[in-house]
Amino acid sequence: MSDYTLYVGLAALFGVFMAWGIGANDVANAMATSVGAKALTIKQAILVAAVFEFAGAVLAGGEVTATIRKGIIDAGALSDEPELLIYGMLSALLAAGIWLLVASYKGWPVSTTHSIVGAIVGFAAVGIGMDAVMWGKVGIIVMSWVISPLTAGLIAYLIFRSVQWLILEREDPLARARRYVPVYMFLAAFNITLVTIFKGLKHVGLHLSTAEAYFTAAAIGVVVALIGRIFVGRITRDKRADKRFHFHTVERVFGVLMVVTACGMAFAHGSNDVANAIGPVAAVVSIADSGIIGQKSPIPIWVLLLGGAGIVVGLATFGVRVITTVGHKITHLTPSRGFAAELAAASTIVVASGTGMPISTTHTLVGAVLGVGMARGIAAIDLGVVGRIFLSWLTTIPAGAILAIIFFQILRLTLG
Amino acid sequence: MSSHLSGIFGSSPVEPLQLHMEVCHRAAADLGDLVTATQAGDWEAGETCLHRISKREHEADVLKQQIRRTLTKPRMLMPVHREDLLKLILAQDAIANLAKRTGRLILWRKLVFPETVAGPFVQLLERTMAASKKARKSVRRLDELFETSFRGPEADRVEEIIGQLDEIETETDKLQRTVREALMAIEKEYNPVDVMFMYQAIDRVGEIADMAERVGRRLENLLAT
Repeated sequence: MSDYTLYVGLAALFGVFMAWGIGANDVANAMATSVGAKALTIKQAILVAAVFEFAGAVLAGGEVTATIRKGIIDAGALSDEPELLIYGMLSALLAAGIWLLVASYKGWPVSTTHSIVGAIVGFAAVGIGMDAVMWGKVGIIVMSWVISPLTAGLIAYLIFRSVQWLILEREDPLARARRYVPVYMFLAAFNITLVTIFKGLKHVGLHLSTAEAYFTAAAIGVVVALIGRIFVGRITRDKRADKRFHFHTVERVFGVLMVVTACGMAFAHGSNDVANAIGPVAAVVSIADSGIIGQKSPIPIWVLLLGGAGIVVGLATFGVRVITTVGHKITHLTPSRGFAAELAAASTIVVASGTGMPISTTHTLVGAVLGVGMARGIAAIDLGVVGRIFLSWLTTIPAGAILAIIFFQILRLTLG
Repeated sequence: MSSHLSGIFGSSPVEPLQLHMEVCHRAAADLGDLVTATQAGDWEAGETCLHRISKREHEADVLKQQIRRTLTKPRMLMPVHREDLLKLILAQDAIANLAKRTGRLILWRKLVFPETVAGPFVQLLERTMAASKKARKSVRRLDELFETSFRGPEADRVEEIIGQLDEIETETDKLQRTVREALMAIEKEYNPVDVMFMYQAIDRVGEIADMAERVGRRLENLLAT
């Protein structure tokens, strides 16, 4: 295509812009629970996020990226005018990125997934035509937005109930914590690894049989559990602190577990949300390359790197401030609660990523926290704020769509 | 960023409640110092004690309003009924209020208890302050109770403490009777108005112990949820 450099350059630029926004805002939400519970310092949180977001995006983000890239728009409706898809994806990126910026600045709840999906559906439905959108697929995606917080809530409820029953409500909770926390670590690592192997690795070119998959996941789980056991063993009982709050040392043991689930959260978030930035970029690149829509070409490595780098930079610059602010307010989410929420959310998100469903990681985490609250685990949850967060899609989707339509028309006029 | 993830965690009432109980107990404890001073005839020291009690009672009021504000926010999900927490704080608050009113009464009327009455009266005061202290001990377990969702061995331990609190309150009941009988034996020898106010002071001290026991009762309500 003639304007290949222009299109790809714009795509890269807008993609980085969006990735930066995701890193500055969304990742902070994912890591704030760990920082607030003092399981990680801010520096450690950034390091964990940098490594595991990237890993999640590369190893487990393929399906979601494919959905955003070509799962929402009907290739047939655009086959004679592929440039329209390029303009559309560029406008979607710009729209979602700007909405992300505005909402973050104003303190409104915003989901990067809702923004980009709303933007894509918007420009396609209004800018091109109603049959440009695969409404069936969109319907399933919307359903997944409802199912994911519910699932995460249920899983979190069950996990925390097990913690109460096995550890917190028994005699000598510290000894029991030392015994069972490595088991939860195993479960966390096993779960996420297994889903990743089953659903994610084919995009990286690795093929494992079912038995190999289970074995590898179990092996990784055991390694994580053993390492965790060592760190747990290093924690000594602080008699004075335990006198003031009997569960001080117990919570520190759970703090080690929360480091594992924090990595899991970063991995899960990377697997689902990096696609919001690089999906459209990959679409533009493949069309600009071949002039054909719906190409089965794999995602170029540089696009992946772009997304990953953008996120890390966004996190390290603006995200630090967000994590600090948000983390300081979550001081009452002790590790025994926090890990349950994070594990439930991470598992749900990774399964969604594996099935190619772009979901809101924030909503899922809120659902998980509610699950812990239903198990009587949290002193006070403001349901008004929860409601505002869950209803935020009512503004985010139209906002993304409208902005995308506007930019689409502008690009069509200036570049067409 | 109120609509952000952090906003969903409403303020936990645990620390403020524990702090409130701490302040209320201090007010009750100061009453003991006050009576020691007034019985010895040192009315200035008595005034200083009353001033301290008043300050603490005011502190408790401010804390109480803050806690009520966070607890009455609409649509909060909590592991216990928030009305039970509100009732708990009212019982705690009553301790400080009664301490102030008793102190005021004694200083205003310049009440000096006669020798035969003073002995048992001071004993009553001591046991009342012990009751308040025991109530404070039980409230200090609130953070552990929230941690274990009000179940398990922690709940059992708190039940034990409340049981001990009940025993102390029964003691104060008996002591109250003893003091009144001691006063009745000699009431004809004193100014009847002073005697009436002495009875009132005795009653008020007994009420402080009752309030301490009520704190235990309210805490038990939370365990029963």
